[in-house]
Amino acid sequence: MCIDCGCAERTEQAHHHHDQNQAGRTIRVGEDLLAKNDRLAAVNRARFAEYGLLTLNLVSSPGSGKTTLLETTLRALSNELRFAVLEGDQQTANDAERIAATGVPAHQINTGAGCHLDAHMVGHGVDHFDLANLDVLLIENVGNLVCPASFDLGEDCKVAVLSITEGEDKPLKYPQMFRAAELVIINKLDLLPHLDFDLETCRDYLRQVNPQARVIELSCKSGAGMETWYNWLREQVAKKK
Amino acid sequence: MHELGITRSIVDIAERTAREHGGTRVTSVTVEIGALSGVIPDAVEFCFEACSKGTLLDGARLIVESIPGLGRCPDCGREQEIDNHSFACGDCGALGLERLQGEELRIKELEVD
Repeated sequence: MCIDCGCAERTEQAHHHHDQNQAGRTIRVGEDLLAKNDRLAAVNRARFAEYGLLTLNLVSSPGSGKTTLLETTLRALSNELRFAVLEGDQQTANDAERIAATGVPAHQINTGAGCHLDAHMVGHGVDHFDLANLDVLLIENVGNLVCPASFDLGEDCKVAVLSITEGEDKPLKYPQMFRAAELVIINKLDLLPHLDFDLETCRDYLRQVNPQARVIELSCKSGAGMETWYNWLREQVAKKK
Repeated sequence: MHELGITRSIVDIAERTAREHGGTRVTSVTVEIGALSGVIPDAVEFCFEACSKGTLLDGARLIVESIPGLGRCPDCGREQEIDNHSFACGDCGALGLERLQGEELRIKELEVD
């Protein structure tokens, strides 16, 4: 039924009885293996652009505090900006329920064994929202610093969240992801006095991997840095209008 | 393990292409995997047998051609071989190497009967 992805139209087996027997023919292909995802991501991107929607793809390790960051942000800004949140997890609707409790529309995508969201899931996921009445679509990807780096969802940019309990060398260990991010949020700053985490070393590693990335350090608990993040969001939304 | 999805794409594209050309069986499929693509060739090979079972690719040979990473320094302009962990120019130490080659993830050709 879906005209973009043709996902309900699996009739390939129906017509397959050619008898040509030209042994050992070579067929040149040259097709990108992510072509299908990229095509669907382009469809998503065009759809978001039509509504002037800012779309962020939040990526991180599990437990970096993405959902708490979203909850805090939504409680602070949902009187000035219209948000919706797509939640990606292998199992449970826990995160979507937490988001819904803030009064913002949320939809949970369960990937099952899947380690990342793809453009197909997102294309169908946003059918649950009234895109014409939104300013910001936040996509919380599956907690995983590897696979989500390879899959374009049609977002404006990836935002990587790194919590200081993870250690300062995460950018060096997972460079693909930190290179793909336009903004890196260093989270849980309130825990700094209790940890051996060296902020300057972490900033330096990030600079090595991605010298262009904007970095915002914050704590949802203490509120430190939150206004900088909110202002960044406001600026990105303003660019879309 | 996004290699599972990548491998499924290999099988899907190869089957579709073979059918378009009237092929009834794919005997080999050649893919190009760049060193900077984030995809591990070994993992693709590991998934291939399971993904090809019951398809036109059942029993087909998977040939992986690796493409080395190539970068250019934004400051001194030197081109150099890079991997996913190369951050600084080997000559002048500048950061932010531009990637010229190595992000490929392509199905190159098929042999069909």
